[in-house]
Amino acid sequence: MHHLLPLLVAVPLLGAALLAAAGRRVPRAAAESAGCAVSAATAALAVVLLLGSSPPQAEWVGGWVPVGGESVGIVLVGDGPGLGMAALASALTLAALVYSWHYFDEPPRGHSGSFPALLLLFQAGMCGFAIAGDLFNAFVWFELMSVVAYALTGHRVEEARAVQGALTFGVVNSLGAYAMLMGIGLLYARTGELGMTRIGQELDAHGPPDALVLAGFVLVLTGLLVKGAAVPFHFWLPDAHAVAPTPVCMLLSGVMVELGAFGVWRVHDTVFSGPGGLPAADVERALVALGVLTAVVGAVMCWYQRHIKRLLAYSTVAHMGLFLTGIGTLTPEADDGVALYILGHAGVKAALFACTGILLDRYGSVDEHALYGRARRLRGVAVLFVAGGLGLAGLPPFGTALGKSVTEEAVGGPLTVLYVLASAVTAGAVLRVAARVFPGLGPRPEEGDVYETTGSGEEPETRQRLSRVPDTMTAIPAVLLAGSLAVGVVPGFGGAVGHAVQEAGTGGLVHVSVHWTAPGVLLGLASTALALALAAVAVSRPRLLAAPDRALPLRRLQSGHVGDYVAWLLVGTTLLGALALPGILGS
Amino acid sequence: MDVFAYLVAAWVFLAGCYGLATSRNLIHAVGCLSVCQSATYVLLLAVGYRDRATAPVFSDLKPGARPVVDPVVQALALTDVVVGATVTALLLALVVQVSKRHGTVDPDELSELRG
Repeated sequence: MHHLLPLLVAVPLLGAALLAAAGRRVPRAAAESAGCAVSAATAALAVVLLLGSSPPQAEWVGGWVPVGGESVGIVLVGDGPGLGMAALASALTLAALVYSWHYFDEPPRGHSGSFPALLLLFQAGMCGFAIAGDLFNAFVWFELMSVVAYALTGHRVEEARAVQGALTFGVVNSLGAYAMLMGIGLLYARTGELGMTRIGQELDAHGPPDALVLAGFVLVLTGLLVKGAAVPFHFWLPDAHAVAPTPVCMLLSGVMVELGAFGVWRVHDTVFSGPGGLPAADVERALVALGVLTAVVGAVMCWYQRHIKRLLAYSTVAHMGLFLTGIGTLTPEADDGVALYILGHAGVKAALFACTGILLDRYGSVDEHALYGRARRLRGVAVLFVAGGLGLAGLPPFGTALGKSVTEEAVGGPLTVLYVLASAVTAGAVLRVAARVFPGLGPRPEEGDVYETTGSGEEPETRQRLSRVPDTMTAIPAVLLAGSLAVGVVPGFGGAVGHAVQEAGTGGLVHVSVHWTAPGVLLGLASTALALALAAVAVSRPRLLAAPDRALPLRRLQSGHVGDYVAWLLVGTTLLGALALPGILGS
Repeated sequence: MDVFAYLVAAWVFLAGCYGLATSRNLIHAVGCLSVCQSATYVLLLAVGYRDRATAPVFSDLKPGARPVVDPVVQALALTDVVVGATVTALLLALVVQVSKRHGTVDPDELSELRG
């Protein structure tokens, strides 16, 4: 069965090549159907492999098996978390393809296959990264997925904002990837191996960690944290998400950013968790500190946005902080919770972006203030948008609530407050938007200060403004929300996810305790109530919760200047090194 | 000699980062990104270097007759070059579009996205 692993990458790559080559001659409908079919086939393959992934298996591509314990081949790992991320990425790609069915502007003659082909390439990159078992190929897939993401972000090349956002995204992410490659080079220099498990074993054999191991750790994590949008590596994310076409936003926020967190988990677990890696206390300090910072900054910035896509982008940043904090506590229970949280969050966030896309194409704006009360007639979309907001807050029985409660239980103590507050504030912002845009509650919002991206004057992504919303565009968010609900509701699903994660992480010792608990449900209800209260106050008394002048310096940091973002990346790398430094001083 | 190559790699990487952070022209910035990437070539080749070793080409060399440098890092560096070419080409294409839409390639004057 595991011999089929390479197909997860090969099928979408081949599909993309065929679409790019034949897209000139076939009509648009044929190209889009072919894209959907290839994507669906890959998703089905990922699910089939996932069901057979216990115990985890490895595939040496082309038969280059290790000789005498030394390997030079490419290894793919078929375990629960990797195949789960591949399945999630494939499912969301399919959703994005169906959502964009006849959705964009009529593509230039002879290029009808290019957008589906790019999405398939993106899918191949994400699947490859998820199942890569050696560091260098993880880097190659990381770069493939990044390059396609830059191209997709800047897909509407006629728009000034789109190309600026894509360029920033490209420069910052590529720099992070090169830092990661430097780290991989250092680890290879020490161990002579590229396979993650083998590097871990060689490091353990070498003895306690030294400066070189620390440098390798910091550099590899820099790349992954840039992708995972941890503060202060996160600046590219709002700029890219605000300008990318809506189906692309669904993929970027729903799964690509989460792959950064997945990479952190995978690399730490297989490479740095042994005695030759870094001490657990120092890794925990570094990851939890960055995670808390990310959650706080993301939530605060999310609250002050009026550009709806930017608001959702910052909510992704805040949730990435929560995921990183969970992973950073380095307990198997927290890993289970984060895995469920990522699954639930992907459905909710993609559905919210899909609803925003409908607003954009119907009214030509994604500005909360300009849209005030204009979408009264879109009742179905309003219901979906509110449901998405409640899911983001963690209302039981959404999958987000189950994941959040399991994680909260694992991290314990004051960090629980962080989980409740961050999810409440971001969901409160979404519900505030819903209350203003759909029924037009509260007074008309005043024009704020000038230092912000408003979101008016955006071009609709369809040929003309939609007079009627196509069924595919409303069906997709509904299906995504149902998926997020299923994560929390389907009996035994949480346990199965927990089992798969622990089997991959601890190497056989499995002790799963994933289920709804009374405190977890109460905390979920508390953050939902808090979100509703925040939204109600913001809508009825706008001045009470408007951006104070104190918040301005934080907003000015998001300057849109690529040089600033690069400087912040270096600050973040230094910070990460400083936080993990005590680990090598003591030994 | 050993440490020197690694110091050069670190220096080249940081020089590229400095250029990126202070760049006044986006074409220059994309060039600086390539400079950062060159640091990875230097590092990888330094990792594979062996004293008095020759190229790992066995057409005129009996295996085991002489020490050879590590071929794995050379394969990595080649892959890296391909990746870098793709990234640079795409970013330069985006700079062309930025110049058309914004009428400037100075990052200080791009003010569409902030806050």
